[in-house]
Amino acid sequence: MSARDTILAKVRRSLAVSGDEAARRAAVAERLSDAKAGVIPARGQLPQDERIALFSKYAEKYGATIARVASIEDLPQEVSRYLKSSNLPASVRMGDDVLLKSAGFEREPMLTVLSGASDGTDLAGVSHARGAVAESGTLVLASGPDNPVTINFLPEHHIVAVRAEDIGASLEEAFAGIAATYGKGEMPRTVNFVTGPSRSGDIEQKIIMGAHGPRALHIVIVG
Amino acid sequence: MTDKPTVGLFVTCLADLFRPTVGFAAAKLIEDAGCELHVPMAQTCCGQPAYNSGDRKDARALAEQAIEAFEGFDYVVAPSGSCAAMLKKHYPGLFKGDATWEKRAQAFSAKVYELVSFLTDVMKVEKVESQFAGTVTYHDSCSGLRELGIKAQPRKLLGALPGVTLAEMKDSEVCCGFGGTFCVKYPDISNAIVEKKTATISDTGADVLLAGDIGCLMNMAGKIRREGGKTQVRHVAEVLAGMTDTPPIAGK
Amino acid sequence: MQITTPNFKENATRALNDAPLQKALKNVEIGFIAKRLAAVDALPEFEQLRDNARDIKNHTLAHLDLYLEEYEKKVIASGGHVHFAETAEDARAIILDICRKRNAKTVTKGKSMITEEIGLNDFFEKNGITPVETDLGEYIIQLRGETPSHIIAPAVHLNKDQVEADFRRVHTHLPADRDLTEHEALLNEARLVLRQRYFEADVGITGANFLVAETGSSVIVTNEGNGDLTQTLGKCHVVVASLEKLVPTLNDCSQILRVLARSATGQDMSVYTTFSTGPKRAEDPDGPEEYHVVLLDNGRTAMLGTEFQEMLRCIRCGACMNHCPVYHAVGGHAYGAVYPGPMGAVLTPSLSGIEVGGHLPNASTFCGRCESVCPMRIPLPKMMRHWREREFEKHLTPTAARYGLKFWAFFARRPKLYRAAVSVAMPLLSWLGGSSRRIHSLPLADGWTKHREMPAPEGKTFLQAWAEKQAREAGR
Repeated sequence: MSARDTILAKVRRSLAVSGDEAARRAAVAERLSDAKAGVIPARGQLPQDERIALFSKYAEKYGATIARVASIEDLPQEVSRYLKSSNLPASVRMGDDVLLKSAGFEREPMLTVLSGASDGTDLAGVSHARGAVAESGTLVLASGPDNPVTINFLPEHHIVAVRAEDIGASLEEAFAGIAATYGKGEMPRTVNFVTGPSRSGDIEQKIIMGAHGPRALHIVIVG
Repeated sequence: MTDKPTVGLFVTCLADLFRPTVGFAAAKLIEDAGCELHVPMAQTCCGQPAYNSGDRKDARALAEQAIEAFEGFDYVVAPSGSCAAMLKKHYPGLFKGDATWEKRAQAFSAKVYELVSFLTDVMKVEKVESQFAGTVTYHDSCSGLRELGIKAQPRKLLGALPGVTLAEMKDSEVCCGFGGTFCVKYPDISNAIVEKKTATISDTGADVLLAGDIGCLMNMAGKIRREGGKTQVRHVAEVLAGMTDTPPIAGK
Repeated sequence: MQITTPNFKENATRALNDAPLQKALKNVEIGFIAKRLAAVDALPEFEQLRDNARDIKNHTLAHLDLYLEEYEKKVIASGGHVHFAETAEDARAIILDICRKRNAKTVTKGKSMITEEIGLNDFFEKNGITPVETDLGEYIIQLRGETPSHIIAPAVHLNKDQVEADFRRVHTHLPADRDLTEHEALLNEARLVLRQRYFEADVGITGANFLVAETGSSVIVTNEGNGDLTQTLGKCHVVVASLEKLVPTLNDCSQILRVLARSATGQDMSVYTTFSTGPKRAEDPDGPEEYHVVLLDNGRTAMLGTEFQEMLRCIRCGACMNHCPVYHAVGGHAYGAVYPGPMGAVLTPSLSGIEVGGHLPNASTFCGRCESVCPMRIPLPKMMRHWREREFEKHLTPTAARYGLKFWAFFARRPKLYRAAVSVAMPLLSWLGGSSRRIHSLPLADGWTKHREMPAPEGKTFLQAWAEKQAREAGR
């Protein structure tokens, strides 16, 4: 008997079941297909106009900085401004994301835009978050051909654009959005929920920013 | 016949053996609250030492003994959160699989209360008569606090005494390190825990340390005296009943 | 690791006399508790979420066979591999095989208690593979040849100056006169040293906080980002997880995520919560080429259907040890096993046997603070008591304690005899107390009098005095 079958048999023996019980199978099938939401905190159910404030409050609580721009065309200028104010060279790493591409970075001639995955030498990276979770100030980043995961972790400074209308109230809303894009039960290779910049409290429980991931997280809310 | 509720006083083995004053204080408080008090002579111990040592057989035998002695009263009251929690929360589980006894245990457990919460929550006592005066600090013994929700009740009655000032210690909800047989099985660890406790007690500057459990009180009193501390130690019932003529636990 | 649980008492005494350790342990008592409380107070639905989290895991465990099948299907459909391992040894062999096939020399690791449980690092070294721990705390203890003393803060037993000394000892390629006095400097140095290792690694190993049956995803929850670099930059991502990490759906996962970080570190969410599903997709610019999940039993199936099943709800947040007075006193290493604190006191006997782990469920005051903060509402004291029962049934309770208990119970079960005995004993003990009302030392009670005075009894027992009072009043 394979280890798989042995383990399943052990589980069934311990639970005193055969695995063929129709009621158990139905319960599992229903749970997986309905995928009901449980308790969603009141603060995870705010209307659209209040979400942005709550999202910003928590993102800032966890050490992110926030800027808001009117449209995606304003993003390149905000990126330049951020780099300058952080004393960083005018260079960013960026995926081929459609929204980011539409921003018109070529209008910032001083800014070098490197494409593709990060090799660990970039000081700043720009990503597009497919959504955000207001209840905890969390960004939702999905991997894909145009969104390398390495940009989320390797650059010292991570600049993330998120459209105002994509800021959801709750975690459940974020998952519903992913299901709407990829199909029910399907996920991109990597989904990163990011709440503030990287940190560690491993030495004497003192929190220090920038452990292995970005030391700074700058969120640009678009719209 | 009276229409007063009948109360069986489960005095607890530690109060019975070490601190009879607590028994008398509990008796007075229960009677003053308008109850008809009974003290069954067939009581010994709730069985917690056996129960927590994994000896279910003796624990069950002692549970049967206590249920038989007390099930006839309207209420069963113990001046200890730990023993009351044993009677109230753990007895029914000892009889799992024995429907008759389990039912009996459940009926019994429903009547059990810790002394101070019985006074405030059941008998709706708002204040008690006591001439005691001084600054006190109150330790929340673990079982009473976490299993029975005793926190506000003693503070309410103490707060209603004109002569009493309550000086809260830091971390009053943290264990004192007694833990029944734990303190003799792991004396060094128990000592490390109680040392932290006596330091927070001393920091309050209170004259008297109070709590609702004699086990914890004996542990803290024993440590305070060994350290040469100043705080005196009494069961909260002694203060509430105004029975503070006897020397404090472990002396002055 | 070398299990030293049978020497718990000696370990504990050593820990109590270890001044640097005692200094470091203060950080546990101060930091975690206040942060958790603030986060919990800020979420009115927290208690409801705890109920839900408990119910989700109960449901999952009751249907574990079926969820395992569903989960496996989804992992395979997303291009990943699932390996079942009955024992730690099996898991090690499976992981080694994966590494050998990739000709791996260096393996990076995200923080994972399960790889501690299976002793993976030692095994790798014996087989010529270099494991590199990338979590800061894990990296520090790896340099020291130690095991984690806390399940979420592995180096919580250390102080800054000790870390500095280790870095100077190991990072000899860096200038000797560099300044490492601040926490920031230590962190930056570790970041610099480890950054290169991620790129060199052939395989990246992580644990999992959850496995989601609905999607076939594994989830890691971290603050540093090292787990993400480990699994993204390694060419092959191996997830090692025990069976009970399963949850049915993403929505179920959301429920438990809301109690996890708050209970652990007092954050609303940890910095990085990452869902990984299969290997990188054809067009993806980065990510691992292979994705393997090693599902470990190692004693879990034997806990199902027993009084210890509820322990399988544990999500490894560490709140129980953060709030434990015994852990605060002795730290994690004294427990002498992989998992310390209250959750370890229940789990260690399950994994290693009560014969080995017997001290741990006994070394508890049953203060119940662990249960009161457990996000999964695991009745930890109750299960420690169940272990004591097993021990008692197997006659493993120390002889003196067993006979003492039996002697006491013999009297306690016979009220008349008990009365006769205590009416002699207590006045005698009272007399010993003299005018001080306390006893400084007492034969057979040195466990008590070693550190404290024994309060002297008042004299007569209450029942004796009460009966006399009743008689007096009746005679009046």
